[in-house]
Amino acid sequence: MTVTTEKPLSSKYTLTAEQLEQFGEEMDAIRQRVVADLGEADASYIRKVVKYQRAFEVAGRVMFYVPPLWPAAVASLSVSKILDNMEIGHNVMHGQYDWMGDPGLNSRMFEWDTMAPSENWKYGHNYMHHTYTNILGKDRDVGYGILRMDEDQEWRPYYLGNPLYAFLLMTFFEWGVALHDLETEELVAGRRTWAENREIGGRIWRKMRKQVAKDYIVFPLLTGPFFLSTLAGNAVANLIRNVWTFNIIFCGHFPAGVATFTIEETENESRGGWYYRQLLGSANISGSKLMHVMSGNLSHQIEHHLFPDIPARRYPELSVEVQEICERYGLRYNTGPLHKQLFSVARKIFRLSLPTRAPKDAPEPTVTETVLAA
Amino acid sequence: MSIVANATGRVLRSRLAASLASPHGVDRYLELVNPMWAASEVRARIVDIRREVDVAGHPPVATITLQPTSTWQGHRAGQHVQLGVEVDGARRTTRVFTVSSPDSKAGDRFTITLRANPDGVVSRYLVERAKVGTMVHLSQAQGEFVLPDHVPDHILFISGGSGITPVMSMLRSLQRRTHRGRITFLHYAQSPDHQIFAAELEETRRSGYGIDVHLLHPELGDPALSPAYLERLVPGYRDVPTWACGPAPLINAVQASYDGSEALRVEYFKPPAVSNGSAEGDIAFTRSGATAANSGATLLEQAEAAGLTPAFGCRMGICFSCTATKKEGTVRNVLTGETSSLPDEDIRICVSSPEGDCAVDL
Repeated sequence: MTVTTEKPLSSKYTLTAEQLEQFGEEMDAIRQRVVADLGEADASYIRKVVKYQRAFEVAGRVMFYVPPLWPAAVASLSVSKILDNMEIGHNVMHGQYDWMGDPGLNSRMFEWDTMAPSENWKYGHNYMHHTYTNILGKDRDVGYGILRMDEDQEWRPYYLGNPLYAFLLMTFFEWGVALHDLETEELVAGRRTWAENREIGGRIWRKMRKQVAKDYIVFPLLTGPFFLSTLAGNAVANLIRNVWTFNIIFCGHFPAGVATFTIEETENESRGGWYYRQLLGSANISGSKLMHVMSGNLSHQIEHHLFPDIPARRYPELSVEVQEICERYGLRYNTGPLHKQLFSVARKIFRLSLPTRAPKDAPEPTVTETVLAA
Repeated sequence: MSIVANATGRVLRSRLAASLASPHGVDRYLELVNPMWAASEVRARIVDIRREVDVAGHPPVATITLQPTSTWQGHRAGQHVQLGVEVDGARRTTRVFTVSSPDSKAGDRFTITLRANPDGVVSRYLVERAKVGTMVHLSQAQGEFVLPDHVPDHILFISGGSGITPVMSMLRSLQRRTHRGRITFLHYAQSPDHQIFAAELEETRRSGYGIDVHLLHPELGDPALSPAYLERLVPGYRDVPTWACGPAPLINAVQASYDGSEALRVEYFKPPAVSNGSAEGDIAFTRSGATAANSGATLLEQAEAAGLTPAFGCRMGICFSCTATKKEGTVRNVLTGETSSLPDEDIRICVSSPEGDCAVDL
C-alpha cells in the first residue's frame, strides 16, 4: 500500500482559470443531463429501498419477542437504521427526490431515525458543509470542532487525546451529530448567541426525547418479560449504526491526499473552482453494490459532493464520466477499498495527535491561486 | 364507518402508535401494507370512469368515482378536493376538482366530474389515461361554496360548462333530502351535445318536484344571461338565494346582473398563469404582501431588493435552505434553463428567475 504525504505536493490549483471554467462547464453538462432524465426508475428505486428498510425494521422489532432470535433482531434493526439514515435520510434531506412531489420523500418534511433533528442538520450539512467543503475555519465538519484532522489546525496539548476523542465520537456518533449543531465552539467565541441556540437546542431536546422513548422505553416495555434484552438489542443496533456511519463518513474527507483549502484561497471562487474543491476535497470507497447501498452511496463521496442533489443511485454511473474528466485534466481522483481508506484515516488521527514535527513545505508561489481568484 | 373501523382508527391515531412509528408516522408504514389503509392521510382508489361528454374535436368530460380511505371525513355539496396523481415520470401533481355527487359521509364513495383541459396535466390524465384501480392522493373536502344548514324555500342555480359540478352536487343533495321548496336550475352549454349530465337533467325536468330546469345554448340562438332574462325567469331574482359557478365571463355577467346583492354566491376557477417568455410582469410576495416589477433576477435577489429577508444558504442551488412555495407563475431554473409553470410548487429561489407574473409565498 502506498502512503502518500498528507498534503498534496504541488499547489492545490493545477488548472488555469480557463481550464477551471471548462471543467465546471463539463460538470454542469453532466448535472443538466441527469436532471432531465430523472423519472420512474429513480422513484421506484428509492421506494424499494424504503420498503426494505421498513420491512427490516418491523422484522427486527418483532424478533425481540423470540429470545433465541436476538442476534437476528439486532442485525435486522441495524440494517434498518443504516438504510434509514444513509440511503434514505441523508439523500432525501439533500432534496434528491423533491422532484417527485411525494411528502414522504421530501427534504422539507423528512425526519430520520437518529438523534439529530433534520432541520438543524440540514443547515450544518447541506449549507455549511456542502458549500464550504474543506475550507478550514468555515467547514465545521473538518474535525467536528473536536478532532485535529488537518495539519493546518494548530496543535494544542488537548489534541493528545485525538484517538480517544475519535473513539468516543464513533461510539456516540448520533449524539455527537445532534450536539454538533449547537456549535458550542462558536458560542464560546461569541459568534453565536444563546438565543439562537435556544431554538436549536429545543429541537434537539424534543427529538432526543422521542428517540429515547421509542428505543429505550416503549418498545422494550411492549416485549414485557424481555424488557432488558430488547433494550440492550436496541442499544446495540444504534451502536452498530453509529460505528458504521462514522467510519463511512470519516472515509469521505479524511483519507490521505484529500486537500483542504484556506478562506483566502477560496475568496471569489468561480463555479468551476467550487467543483474543483469538491473533487479534491473528497474521497471514494471502492467496493460491491451492497457496500454502495449500505453506505447510502457515500462510497461515492466525490460524486455526491459534485452533485449533492442528484439521486445517489446515479453516482456509480456518473463516476465513470467523472474519472474520465479527471484523467483529461490530470486531476487526482481519490479512491480505494474500505480497509485502505480506514487505515489512512486512523493513521491521520494518531499522527495529528502529536505536534507536526517537520516544517511544512515552503509556501508555494501563489501565481495560480491569483489566476483562480481573478 | 363501522365500530371496528372507528376503534382501529382511534388506535392508529393514538400517542402510542405515533411514538412507535416515530419519526416517520403511522401512515408511512400502513401505506406499504395496503394503500387503502391510513391513519390520517386521505387517499382513494378509482372504482369507475364514465365519459359524460365526448364530442369529436372537443375535450371530453368524464365522471370518476372514488372509493376513499376511511379517513375521508365526507363533504358538503359544492365543496372541492385537492387530488394528486403521479404523472410524467413519477412526479406527483395536485389539482383541485369539485365533487359532483351529493353530500357524503365519512368513508363514503363520491364522484368528481371534470373536463380534460388541453393544458391540464392532471385532468387529461384522469379523463384519458387513468385506469380503474389507480390510487390518487386527496385532501379533505374544502370550500365555502355550500348550501346553508337551513335550506331556503326558493333557490336559483346558474352555471356554465363544467361549472355545473358543484351545483349538480347541490341539486342531487336537495333531491335526496326531498327538498320541498322550489329550485330553478339554469345552465349554459355550447350545444346539446356538450351537455354534462344530460340524461339525468332530462329526467329531473320531467319528473322533478318543484324543479325548473333550463338548459340554454346561446351559440344556437338561446338568450344570453341578462337582467331582463333573469327577471322574466325568476321575478325578483336579486332577492332569491343564488349559487353561480362557471367561466369568468359568465360570472362577470351574473355579478353585474345582481348588482351587489347578498343573495348571490359565486365560485369560479382561475386557469393557471402561463409564461409569456420574458421577464416583464409583476412579482407578488404573498406572505409579506410586498410586490415588485419583475427585474428578471432570481427570486431571492428580487425579494431582497424588495426589502424582504428570506432564508438562504449557498446561493448556488445546492443546499435547499431557500426553498419556498411558488403559488403561481412560471420560473426558469438559471442552472438548467428548465421552465416550470405548476401552481403551488416548491422552488429554490436562489436559482429560479420568474418569467412574467409570479406569486411566491415569501
